[in-house]
Amino acid sequence: MIARLRLAARKGLRTGPAPVADHPMEVRGLTVSYGGKPAVFSVDASFHAGSMTAIIGPNGAGKSTFLKAALGIVPRVSGQVTAFGRPLGTARARIAYVPQRASVDWDFPARVIDVVLMGLYRKLGLLRPVTRADRGFAMDCLARVGMEGFAGRQIGQLSGGQAQRVFLARALAQRADLYLLDEPFAGVDAATERAIIEVLKGLRAEGRTVVAVHHDLATVADYFDRVLLLNVRRIAEGTLAEAFTPEALQAAYGGRLATSHLDRLATV
Amino acid sequence: MGAEFVMLSLAPIVIGSLAAIACALPGNFLLLRRQALIGDAISHVVLPGIVLAFLVTGQVATLPMMAGAGVAALAAVAMIEAVRRLGRIEPGAAMGVTFTTMFALGVLVLERTDTSKVHLDVEHALMGNLESLIWLDGMGWHSLLDPAALAGLPPELGRLAIATAVIATLIWLFWRPLKLATFDEGFAAEVGVPVRAVGLGLVVLSALAAVAAFDAVGSIIVIAMFICPPGTARLMTDRLEMQVAWSVFFAVLSAVLGYVLAGYGPIWLGGTDAVSAAGMIATVSGMLLAAAALFGPARRRSGAGAGAA
Repeated sequence: MIARLRLAARKGLRTGPAPVADHPMEVRGLTVSYGGKPAVFSVDASFHAGSMTAIIGPNGAGKSTFLKAALGIVPRVSGQVTAFGRPLGTARARIAYVPQRASVDWDFPARVIDVVLMGLYRKLGLLRPVTRADRGFAMDCLARVGMEGFAGRQIGQLSGGQAQRVFLARALAQRADLYLLDEPFAGVDAATERAIIEVLKGLRAEGRTVVAVHHDLATVADYFDRVLLLNVRRIAEGTLAEAFTPEALQAAYGGRLATSHLDRLATV
Repeated sequence: MGAEFVMLSLAPIVIGSLAAIACALPGNFLLLRRQALIGDAISHVVLPGIVLAFLVTGQVATLPMMAGAGVAALAAVAMIEAVRRLGRIEPGAAMGVTFTTMFALGVLVLERTDTSKVHLDVEHALMGNLESLIWLDGMGWHSLLDPAALAGLPPELGRLAIATAVIATLIWLFWRPLKLATFDEGFAAEVGVPVRAVGLGLVVLSALAAVAAFDAVGSIIVIAMFICPPGTARLMTDRLEMQVAWSVFFAVLSAVLGYVLAGYGPIWLGGTDAVSAAGMIATVSGMLLAAAALFGPARRRSGAGAGAA
């Protein structure tokens, strides 16, 4: 059944527009199925260089699934993904990913510095040893998220916010041009949220591209300049003015947002 | 500790230690991936595999039996996946269903097969025959330098040495992908680690360890060594590298201490007969785990804020 679905989706795809070559990430017709039901259906998206995009939508809208499928972490039924104008597989070195904090077991036997060094594993390959310079670089990444004092700490002893910052430091160690983050602000303290957004804005200032699954509509306009609004399908995509509108939000969230709430959002 | 020790005890202790190391090494990763039961499952399904190999070939030869056990282990892994997906059953239950069924099938087939003339029975499957692996050519420590005497070592020793070396080398070689895929599967996949292949490779390594160890030491030791030394080691340290090193230490300690206690313990206590070495080695490994749970430096871990799912 999946195969037939895939075939149908491919046929549909041929009529779609060709990928734009120079975007950090270009997604065409992405469809993901969980247990026979589409979790993400035929979504197109373009992440523009030097922009910060929020992926928003109601619970169960497929935001995280979209991100994971775009990166090839969960299988997709159909869809094309190019990164920096190349097939995803050959562009992975330029992409960093921060999974949801709750997706890993923080009881794992590792120290903070060990986790940050994982960001260098692709560069190091299977056997090249970690050098003193690599350790120094990992410490710099920890310093950028304000965690340099915790390098030797067992990761199970971190608070939620501290753990999130360590994940961000690992992504910084990947030295990427495109950063994809899954709910980086979920369940973190206010100080951590400020620290993370400063780091992300710093990345944008360097011309890098940031994409984050985000759940707090109240901060979208403060933190981001572009929006991808999802509810299984793509509802809207573009700049805040184009896509972060009461009409689009109403379409994505349905009756789940009070009208007064929408008005307040639209005036920011 | 002279000639008698070399002839009667040296080979069993080395074989027991190698079997323990071979199982403990992949056991570390199974434990951290919350798949510790896979070791249990694999060691149980080895019995039907061996019985089937005997039925097909009609002889108790090493290679066909190891092949049969290997095939059974892979069949069990496929069956666990099938039960989990088709029945939508949680992985632990799928493993439990698979290995009890396959082990019971092995017992049934064994019962209906004429194995009276060969050394193949349920007791052997559970306990192995560690005590019988003596080195008749070992006349003393000097025999270790005598090629003719070395050739008389039990063949199990050479097989286990090779299996242990293969397992240790592969884990060393693929240390980073294994560590990444065990800690954070999503991140591992994003940086290009083939996470499914790594997971399957780990199960195949575990099957290799179980099959190589099973013939010599029986499934009691195999099951215990997949879980107990890594579990004990986890309570001693908060670093993966150190955990694996500690697990090797505890594996060898269990094998040596267990063998000596089984052979001499009852005599020291005034009894006459030795007890099963396999049973004692597994018991010692459990005692070490209990001690580490009470006194291990890394037993208290407070992942309070991290919200591990």
